[in-house]
Amino acid sequence: MTAQLIIFFVLAGLAVIGALSLIFQRHPIHSALSLIVVMVALAGLYLLLGAEFVAAVQIIVYAGAIMVLFVLVIMLLNAGVEERTNFSKLAATAGIPLAVALTAFLAATIAKSGPVTTGVRPGSVASTQGLATMLFREFVYPFELTSFLILVAILGALVLAQREKRS
Amino acid sequence: MSAFFAQHAFWIVTIVKIIVLLFVILTLDAYLTWFERKVVAHIQSRWGPYRVGPHGLLQPLADGLKFLFKEDPTPAGVDKFVYYLAPFLALSLALTSLAVIPFGPDPIRIFGYETNFGVADLNIGLLILYAITALGVYGVALAGWSSNSKYPLLGGLRSSAQMMSYELALTLSVVGVLLMANSFNLRDIIAAQGRHPNLGLLGWNIFPQILGFFCFFVAAVAETNRAPFDLPEAESELVAGFHTEYASFKFAMFFIAEYTSMVTVSCLCTILFFGGWLSPFPSGPIWGWTHFLPTVFLGALGLYLIWDGFHYETVFGRIVLPGIGTAFCALAALFALSPAVNAFIQGPFWFFSKVLVFLFVYVWVRGTLPRFRYDQLMAIGWKLLLPVSIGNVLLTSFAILKWGAS
Repeated sequence: MTAQLIIFFVLAGLAVIGALSLIFQRHPIHSALSLIVVMVALAGLYLLLGAEFVAAVQIIVYAGAIMVLFVLVIMLLNAGVEERTNFSKLAATAGIPLAVALTAFLAATIAKSGPVTTGVRPGSVASTQGLATMLFREFVYPFELTSFLILVAILGALVLAQREKRS
Repeated sequence: MSAFFAQHAFWIVTIVKIIVLLFVILTLDAYLTWFERKVVAHIQSRWGPYRVGPHGLLQPLADGLKFLFKEDPTPAGVDKFVYYLAPFLALSLALTSLAVIPFGPDPIRIFGYETNFGVADLNIGLLILYAITALGVYGVALAGWSSNSKYPLLGGLRSSAQMMSYELALTLSVVGVLLMANSFNLRDIIAAQGRHPNLGLLGWNIFPQILGFFCFFVAAVAETNRAPFDLPEAESELVAGFHTEYASFKFAMFFIAEYTSMVTVSCLCTILFFGGWLSPFPSGPIWGWTHFLPTVFLGALGLYLIWDGFHYETVFGRIVLPGIGTAFCALAALFALSPAVNAFIQGPFWFFSKVLVFLFVYVWVRGTLPRFRYDQLMAIGWKLLLPVSIGNVLLTSFAILKWGAS
């Protein structure tokens, strides 16, 4: 076993444990913390692949900005321990078969894929420069359209918040 | 033994470097508290710590012992796991961020293995620093939440809102520097500022990036929760804010984390805007004498300590102070007599001098400015720093487009 493989299994295990704990924790803050563990473990996996920029942005944006907002809102609302209910009928009838189908699909895809490719070469897509070329040269219109969409969403949120205040 | 070393040289050297850095930084943190108390005291026309050791020099040791031996009660109704996690998170993240800081230009040779001055040299050094800073919010926010008490909760809420708001300005303010250096690597950023060695300090980023520096420093002070942005721990409103319910060493961990982030921010200011380890003087034969400035500074400090020590009130001081002074003088003599050592010491000397200046500015600001009101804090972050840093990015981009990067 190479060091890389060991690190991969540690990070992957962390991510899976974090994801499971996210579902099974009773308190929203603990769930949010588990989600942060998942995010950081994923960033580690990206780093292992050689995608340094993506890894750093993963932590800065997801773990740093979005999850802080989650934690802030949970703290503001002072959310208590969640209440458990019995399985709903929909979850029992549709959910379990769907989950099994998804797992089977993923397993089949992994089984069908060839030998594992090694990390990204420097200067390729995942590096800072490669990413910039992709975003600002090759895919500049989709990229700008997406930013426009986000801007519209932000304005929409602002308008909704304002309307509530006025009435 | 030597075969084992040769095989695992990288790991051994890295671990040794981490241990040395931890030792240095924790000592520096301890003496930073002494420095801060002394400077603030002199700003307020007091003497500051004077009783424990000569000039209060053993005060940090006494404080440390006090933290260790205090009772460490866990308040009722806290969320135990998060309550214990928070100080650990704050301290470990603050210490981790120092790993990417390069402290000097020349590699050192340890048993034939060449290694850089600094633990990790990463291509995305600055981004990693921001990633760690971004996670640093959790230490404060979770401490506030898990304490099961209203003042820490308010402090935690304030700090998460404050750090989120200022992170934007903090990130945008350095984009200008990144554009000029064309790299995220901290070594490359310093090297880019030394492109014109004949300019000396005029080649540093501070001159084209004065707006960026202003935004960066203000945002960084806010990000480290220091005065005048220390609303999360405003003692007149919130007792002690997020760490009200923490005692003993858990409180000390928050304290050390805060001082460590001060050191990190000072290092960053030095690297990004003030040329890192570059000498402020132009290179050239006329400026050759500036190589002896480390000798002069250390020697002057040593001589002053000896002179001051002989006049000191206590016998202990009359022994210790001249002793330290003699050590400084010996070091100065070593620099003056050995050209190799003198050449090696130039980079680290300028680096640490600049860092010390920024640490002094931190304390100076704390001693002079009153705390902001909460709405003023938000207004400065969103209505002043953010637009100015975005404007700086646009200006720098246009300038580089028009005149090129150098």
